[in-house]
Amino acid sequence: MGAAPASRDVTSYGMGLAAPLALFFLLFFVAPLLQLLWLSLHNDTAGLHWGLGQYLHFLTDPFSLGVLGSTLLLGAEVTAVCLVLGFPIAWLYQRVGPKLQTIIILIVLLPLLTSVVVRTFAWIVILGRQGIINATLQSLGIIDTPLKLLYTQFGVVIALAQVQMPLMTLPLITALGRIDPNLDDASCSLGAGSWRTFFRIVLPLSLPGVIAGCTLTYAAAITAFITQSLIGGGQMLFMPMYLYQQASTLQNWPFASAISIIFLLAVLAVVSVFTTLGRMSRGYGGA
Amino acid sequence: MAETQGGRSLVVDAVTHRYPSGALAVENINLDIKGGEIIALLGPSGCGKTTLLRIIAGFIAQTQGRIIIGDDIVDALPPNKRAVGIVFQNYALFPHLSISENVAYGLAARGIDKAARQREAQRLLELVQLPTMAERLPRQLSGGQQQRVALARALAIKPSILLLDEPFAALDKNLRLDMQIEVKRLQRVSGITTLIVTHDQEEALSMADRVAVLSHGKLEQFGSPSDVYDRPQTLFVNTFVGSTNRMSGVVVSADRTAAKVRLDAGAEIIARPAGGTLSEGGRVTVCIRPEHLQFVGDETGFAGVVGMSLPLGATVVHEVTTADGSGVKVSQARIGETRALENGAAVRLAPLAPSLANAFPATL
Repeated sequence: MGAAPASRDVTSYGMGLAAPLALFFLLFFVAPLLQLLWLSLHNDTAGLHWGLGQYLHFLTDPFSLGVLGSTLLLGAEVTAVCLVLGFPIAWLYQRVGPKLQTIIILIVLLPLLTSVVVRTFAWIVILGRQGIINATLQSLGIIDTPLKLLYTQFGVVIALAQVQMPLMTLPLITALGRIDPNLDDASCSLGAGSWRTFFRIVLPLSLPGVIAGCTLTYAAAITAFITQSLIGGGQMLFMPMYLYQQASTLQNWPFASAISIIFLLAVLAVVSVFTTLGRMSRGYGGA
Repeated sequence: MAETQGGRSLVVDAVTHRYPSGALAVENINLDIKGGEIIALLGPSGCGKTTLLRIIAGFIAQTQGRIIIGDDIVDALPPNKRAVGIVFQNYALFPHLSISENVAYGLAARGIDKAARQREAQRLLELVQLPTMAERLPRQLSGGQQQRVALARALAIKPSILLLDEPFAALDKNLRLDMQIEVKRLQRVSGITTLIVTHDQEEALSMADRVAVLSHGKLEQFGSPSDVYDRPQTLFVNTFVGSTNRMSGVVVSADRTAAKVRLDAGAEIIARPAGGTLSEGGRVTVCIRPEHLQFVGDETGFAGVVGMSLPLGATVVHEVTTADGSGVKVSQARIGETRALENGAAVRLAPLAPSLANAFPATL
């Protein structure tokens, strides 16, 4: 810490260069957020009476709490599916030759290169009553009546998992790539089988990537307005759509603002749980 | 299996390995290693020594040949069933586990209960003289300490063979000597058959009972350090191990034990035919180490002109240019008053003894 004056110099340079972005954030992120907070603290739509009425309304309304709960649950389900499917891909990536690596990275990135709307409509084609899955199963004689896949929680989770998969796999690939391959060999030469090596060595050391991937996937999944709405249809309501209805359709800006703030706090709480879990594991920042 | 400590023999039987590209990594290697020996695999980088180590450990399945540990052919066994301990060049300690957990890792994999494995880990940490480090993380230890932990971890599984991959390459010179002594001490205590992969000839010669010199995937020579140094079988061994002067010449007459060679530098000397018998009239390369050349007063030996003299403490090295224009180095022990040689002085040189000049058929 003896180099404090020098490091302050370095910081001031950095601050100067970051000023344009800081200004941008101040104008278009912090200011609207404060306006949102200010709006949410009014009991009437005209914005004349101060109070915590909107928050009380949300927190005492079983319907609103239900929407919040199912949204947070949806995020957890999507994150779990992405982790379970994404980890093997990332693990495979670190163990194949450069040619296959290129193919894997292309497959992982491909969803990012097409529009969310296009991808979501593709899922409607796949999951619909006369969609690819139902048509195949019916022609094979496995089912008589079409399965209900679209407009279900299952459909939303699967579609979202596909859409958000790169956010999980990319941090995992990075984290697994940082692990010294000799550790695998060392574990093996000490008599450990593949499962022990995975659970005692690979998984703990890849935790930073797991945490990063989960945080990104979770945040993206619960706020994915388009996919949630199109695959979920009218029957399923999640927070982004609920918020949109209150603001745009019902013009209830104070309540919509309160929903935003509550949603924001809920997401921050979940993310900080992820981060705390990561800090508690000793693998964090190791290697 | 895990209880057999030390003393097991290791046979590398006609092992050949090809990379998927078809290139040969190692070719027809035969090593017969007795239980409890320290063997050095010596060679320049890319000579196949690390490939051979990984074949013995089971990480690479060789294309041909067998690996036999004790009485067992182990080719079908995966690395985790071979009971071969490895110390990696970068130590490969598990960064998220404490020192004692690192050492106990192999014991946990064998299903030994926690109390017993902690006791054993502590015993091993005392053996490598780090009894107070048990709760630290690897990154809190110095390089030498990490190496001791890596050794303790490898020894914990009571391996039948201990493999060390360039174990001292990352250590500074003083620490390296300490660790070399330490490894030799631990090896004596445990009596474990040990293989050290190294490119450092001094390390190989000082630590090993026998040295296997490899070049381009082939075994050049397998013998005691003095065999390898004093009676090299190939030109490669002669030039790679220790320093040497290479001089060209023509065979005048030769039998199995001695050859008369006319050097291009202008003298006839008696040399040892090192790579088999030599044919009369054939060109040869004669290797004479700097310390095996002496200045002679009479008209024997070959003439040269002194270029530079470097006093290196216990020895003085003179650079001499011979009549055919090639340079040779002469190392003189500093006994009493060593005659100072002036730049440009004319001298005559000859090998100390015929057995100290090695003649190899010249490669074209």
